[in-house]
Amino acid sequence: MPKQVKLAAHFPGVNNTTVWSDPHSGSQIDFSSFEHLARTAERGKFDFLFLAEGLRLREHAGKILDSDVVGRPNTTTVLAALSAVTTRLGLAGTLSSTFNEPYEVARQVASIDHLSGGRAAWNVVTSPDAWTGRNFRRGGFLKREDRYRRAEEFLATVRELWDSWAPDAVVGDKENGVFARGIERFVHSGPQFDIRGEFTVPRTPQGQPIVIQAGDSDEGREFAAKTADVIFSRHGSLESGKEFFADVKRRLPAYGREPGELLIMPAATFVLGDTEEDAHEQAREIRYQQVRPATAIQFLEQVWSRDLSAYDADGPLPEIDPDPDAEPLTWGRVRHEKDPLAVAAKWRAIAEEKKLSIRELVIEVTARQQFVGTARQVAESIDEYVQSDAADGFVLVPHLTPGGLDAFVDDVVPRLQERGVFRTDYTGDTLREHLFSR
Amino acid sequence: MGSAQQLHLGVALDGAGQHPAAWRVSDVRPSALFTAAHYLAHAKLAEAASLDFVTLDDTLALQPGGEEVVRGRLDALLTFAAIAPVTSGIGLVPTVTTTHTEPFHISTAVASLDFASRGRAGVLAVPSRTEAEVAHFGRRTLPSEVDAEAENAEVVDVIARLWDSWEDGAIIRDEPTGRFIDREKLHYVDFEGRFFSIKGPSITPRPPQGHPVVAVYGDSPYAHGADVVLVDEIRGARERFPDAKLLAGLSIVLAETEQAAIERRRALEAYAPFPPGPSFTGTPADLATELPRLAESNSLDGFHIRPAVLPDDLALFTAETVPALQAAGAFRQTYTGATLRDHLGLGVAVNQYAEA
Ligand SMILES: Cc1cc2nc3c(=O)[nH]c(=O)nc-3n(C[C@H](O)[C@H](O)[C@H](O)COP(=O)(O)O)c2cc1C
Repeated sequence: MPKQVKLAAHFPGVNNTTVWSDPHSGSQIDFSSFEHLARTAERGKFDFLFLAEGLRLREHAGKILDSDVVGRPNTTTVLAALSAVTTRLGLAGTLSSTFNEPYEVARQVASIDHLSGGRAAWNVVTSPDAWTGRNFRRGGFLKREDRYRRAEEFLATVRELWDSWAPDAVVGDKENGVFARGIERFVHSGPQFDIRGEFTVPRTPQGQPIVIQAGDSDEGREFAAKTADVIFSRHGSLESGKEFFADVKRRLPAYGREPGELLIMPAATFVLGDTEEDAHEQAREIRYQQVRPATAIQFLEQVWSRDLSAYDADGPLPEIDPDPDAEPLTWGRVRHEKDPLAVAAKWRAIAEEKKLSIRELVIEVTARQQFVGTARQVAESIDEYVQSDAADGFVLVPHLTPGGLDAFVDDVVPRLQERGVFRTDYTGDTLREHLFSR
Repeated sequence: MGSAQQLHLGVALDGAGQHPAAWRVSDVRPSALFTAAHYLAHAKLAEAASLDFVTLDDTLALQPGGEEVVRGRLDALLTFAAIAPVTSGIGLVPTVTTTHTEPFHISTAVASLDFASRGRAGVLAVPSRTEAEVAHFGRRTLPSEVDAEAENAEVVDVIARLWDSWEDGAIIRDEPTGRFIDREKLHYVDFEGRFFSIKGPSITPRPPQGHPVVAVYGDSPYAHGADVVLVDEIRGARERFPDAKLLAGLSIVLAETEQAAIERRRALEAYAPFPPGPSFTGTPADLATELPRLAESNSLDGFHIRPAVLPDDLALFTAETVPALQAAGAFRQTYTGATLRDHLGLGVAVNQYAEA
């Protein structure tokens, strides 16, 4: 049997990927939008629905960014509500280990696992900065190494809590009056957390809910190799996907783990057309809607840390260099590139070689893995990526809320099924079964 | 509408009922207390009777007691979120502990419950006062009662500021200018309190009700600012809370005859004493006579009914007491509005940041 493809649906929103100006673009807040996407993903037998998290509104040049989709509901509340309108779909949410405490995250994720009958997943992120921390008591003072130290101990503590009730602790013996027996006390004593007591939630249907990790640094990859079930990565292309896949899976034996115990699922967008040309034309239009002139300039300013508003997005890149010492102009976007002068030099070289305007360059350099073509071509392509170990599957990011997944489920999923690389029905009830049972 | 006062009625859905031994006599499977279906079934009973709201208790510690009582529970807000999309009229008022969880998270969670329920969310804000909870978080000492209450008041204040930090209509999707939001309608809350500071704005737009309903127990010093106050000590309550919707807690043990009700109560008391606080033991019809009388003589707006055993006492209450109250003109025939604020007659929530 060929390797089976894993599929997740990212609820779009809160960035420039989501094309809000399209007439088919609906609310990114109303519950009905979440319900639509979740029901669609479940109709397509997807492994899970995925929610990202941002804890402060993005700012640019000292003002709240008003050009992209802004605003989102609370992650755990939405997942719990989705458990009411789905029966099999996994429900994955991002929760920061920096701005929460282990007891409450353990409790929330375990509660969702109970309420959904074993479908909960937690994407552990470390949240980048003190800027976000200004909305929280704890503040945001941690360096990256410290954030991962906290994250690692945070997750270990959460797992201890999840394990602290015996599977059969809820006895419910009415005759003899024994409701629960032998609830184990937990004691966690470490550099980050020193906590003890009793957990309030019985052992969950999955026992251990699924853990996802999305950090990309060496620390992040090591953390994932040690303990995560899934990595949500940004390495979706064939080459960088293979490299990332090999790198992470190579780290597993040191932790006594097999390659199959950690699934790599990069983010990917897709555009479907009746013909290949039609799909490429649509994809081009979507990219231009995602990267409007103002957005293109903002992207440059993010690297340059200078006011570039005088530049024409359809003109060439500025001759002036980035200011490497300036405060960043943009807050709230995950920054994957650390050295602005090097980035600028690289971008200049690309622009020169391909003769690109600012806007065209930004379109080029911010591209994620995109599957573009007819439904058949997209299915073939996804299958190829998975069979060649560039990924175990993908987290699909539609560019429209909430109907952006409909065509994929109607047209691509059946072709993956015909190829024998995707389930035709769920074979288990829990997310763990969807992901790991053969 | 008759001249009789219209009561407001909330119902507690805790455990298998208010009495510690309820789980032993109820038909409910003990393990069902950890499923959404259990809460949905009881919320549907309350909704069919057009009651104002249901509550669900919570703390960040295990319930005290031994093997013989219900121990363990799911997060109350998430439990109500899991029934929000599949109910349509009933208000959902989970207890939220305000001492350890970040106020920012509380604000967005309650707002999101309001979105998922399309305007039926409330929150019963309760500070934590136990060493056990402190030990579960381990980064602070047990606050004094005064400090815990002061912090609770700060949390209630800031969560409403965060709800208001997006004006209604802030999302404009203005193609010509390329603006998704009108940032003039978003506000930094810049809250600097004694216990924490918060920059804002919220990440979640203003919820459907503007302000989901804030409830507190009557022993909270914050009670004066809350929409709903739940009291156990009925006498003198109105003088203490002149402006709130004042609902008195009342445990109920019902049966078709008074004698049968007394026997049900005795049977429960054979296992454990009845919980402290006001209670009623008798027939559904007598309860229907008693409630308006109690409300009138104490200037109460209604009751927070705590069925001794679920579903038994709730089923009798909704099947018989409520229709008798309706016949007497003391309770609505059906929902007349869509939101919890509508049910409670609270009016539109004013946005503290919006220009008049
Ligand atoms: C594909 C991807 C998605 C991410 N999504 C989120 C998110 O939704 N919320 C968040 O706070 N951080 C998110 N992050 C940030 C990471 O979890 C991590 O905190 C950040 O990348 C810094 O860690 P690193 O240096 O190891 O990459 C994401 C990262 C990646 C690569």
